[in-house]
Amino acid sequence: MNITYNLPAIGTQLVLGAGVILVLLADLLTGKKNRDVAYQTTLTVLVLAGIICVMKWGSAGAGFGGQVFGDGFASFFNLAFLAIAFLVVFNSPNYLKRNEIDHGEYYMLILIAVLGMTFMSSAGDLLIFFLGLETMSISLYVLAGFHKSRARSNESSLKYLLLGAFFTGFLLYGIALIYGQVGSTNLADITSYLAGSANPLGGYMGVGLALLLVGLLFKMAVVPFHFWSPDVYDGAPTPVTAFMSAAPKAAAFAAALRIFYDPAISLGLPWDKTLWIAAALTITLGNFAALAQSSIKRMLAYSSITHAGYLMIGLAAGNELGASGMLYYLFTYGFMNVGAFTIAWLVNRRGEGNYLLSDFAQLGSRNPVMALLMSIFMLSLTGIPPLAGFFGKLYVFSAGVKAGLIWLVVIAVLNSVVSVFYYLRVMVIMYMREEEGLKDLEKAPTVAITAILCGLVILLLGLFPGPLLDLARESVLSLL
Amino acid sequence: MNFGPIFLFLIAAGGVVFVALFLNRMLAPRKPNPEKLSTYECGEEAVGSPWIRFNTRFYVIALIFLVFDVEVLFLFPWAVNLKSLGMFAWIEMAVFIIILSVGLAYVWAKRDLEWIKPDSDEIQAALRQSSQTITDK
Repeated sequence: MNITYNLPAIGTQLVLGAGVILVLLADLLTGKKNRDVAYQTTLTVLVLAGIICVMKWGSAGAGFGGQVFGDGFASFFNLAFLAIAFLVVFNSPNYLKRNEIDHGEYYMLILIAVLGMTFMSSAGDLLIFFLGLETMSISLYVLAGFHKSRARSNESSLKYLLLGAFFTGFLLYGIALIYGQVGSTNLADITSYLAGSANPLGGYMGVGLALLLVGLLFKMAVVPFHFWSPDVYDGAPTPVTAFMSAAPKAAAFAAALRIFYDPAISLGLPWDKTLWIAAALTITLGNFAALAQSSIKRMLAYSSITHAGYLMIGLAAGNELGASGMLYYLFTYGFMNVGAFTIAWLVNRRGEGNYLLSDFAQLGSRNPVMALLMSIFMLSLTGIPPLAGFFGKLYVFSAGVKAGLIWLVVIAVLNSVVSVFYYLRVMVIMYMREEEGLKDLEKAPTVAITAILCGLVILLLGLFPGPLLDLARESVLSLL
Repeated sequence: MNFGPIFLFLIAAGGVVFVALFLNRMLAPRKPNPEKLSTYECGEEAVGSPWIRFNTRFYVIALIFLVFDVEVLFLFPWAVNLKSLGMFAWIEMAVFIIILSVGLAYVWAKRDLEWIKPDSDEIQAALRQSSQTITDK
């Protein structure tokens, strides 16, 4: 047997895997006193994995007989996952202590989830992708229910688990059918089968690919498979929600690009129509549902559905600009969401499960820095230049125009106008609404640092979008 | 790929089960007595109905058992092919077993291996009642 293992191709994953064990043992040994060791170990592991990822950027090549790729595309997404996880973990202790759920398993589960995502972004084989997806999902199911004594958190976990398991069935059945037709689960083999076949969607192939797409759309929370996400996001502990709304979504889009960017779309298969309709529905439904929310968590949940819809335009366009625009968009979107959710739980004053927009009243005078940062996140989510959210949308929309999806882009732009209302409402509440009996915010340096970091990243990537976009373009080119 | 033989194999496998059960039913002598009809529990005498609440510990133990059960499933093909797979596979399996051992250490340290007897009053009452009904018969 001659398999070239090429361990550097999974360098990031190896560090994360070892880190999981290390955090688990560290917490067993020191967890009785406090969580500091587990917390610091987790942050160190994430930084180390990030350093390995940057050092080996795009140069590691294929490993394990083409089952994993350490290419630029994988590196780009891995860095995004690690950065999001770092920011979420960094400000978590404060939240965990406040809600009395300060268990060491939290850190371990986040690391496992990131490990799964890194395998999704670097998978060269459908089975590796599936393993990564399950590793990620199962730890997310547990994280969503991490607030064991709260019914809402349990509800969130149970809904996510049941629906997730159901859609995993679709996905796996799709993979089985593709294997039945091609005789391999390797993406390169599937691509050459599709390219060499006179009737690429004949036999089991069409159904197989469609089922695979359904499984992925569920993870991205795209209409009509979005219904789980508001409840799950609402019930989960808020740092977990921040993590869930940013990283797994990016992982699902990464996998979708790896699987569909080359084999299906560029071959002119009829996905673009399906994706067109899904994108239009997702954007419109997400937007109008977000208008009606009075809870900031639910509003952000629906907003994340809408953003998945915008990202679908890049997928439907299927050209290089669309793909690199999606990479830029996903990278920056993570920072906006983590920042917004973090400020949301700091501002919340009625306890978990009761996040109201009115909690933000007078934040402009109570804590001007936080109010300014929240405004940056909201404006960036709306897509106001010169913030990063604007350029993400710009690239994805122009890719849509280039691919001839004019009406889809028109729908998206009109919806962006609608979205101004609910994003700016938060700012109006922060600066203009008067309310009695408001306390000062709790002092939480880690939260402040997280929010400032997120704000800076969004501002800098908005003012200087060039380098990141070039990097995204290079990463997409490494995909082919 | 041709899946016809596999399908036939599935049908044949199912058929064997039914034929065996049917033949057994046809050929075997049937002379029931109460001793024969009682539940067979590896030689232990049944003390009561199984329709009582189980301690959730069973679930944890079953879960831990399952992990090590599956481990063996991986170990067998690995052991058979070890010579041709070489050193890398040996190290890989060592890592795999270390990971599982860490899991066991975790369960141990979290005291999930300690058995708590089903000694709540409710279960005791249920046990007493079910053994009563058996002696009544």
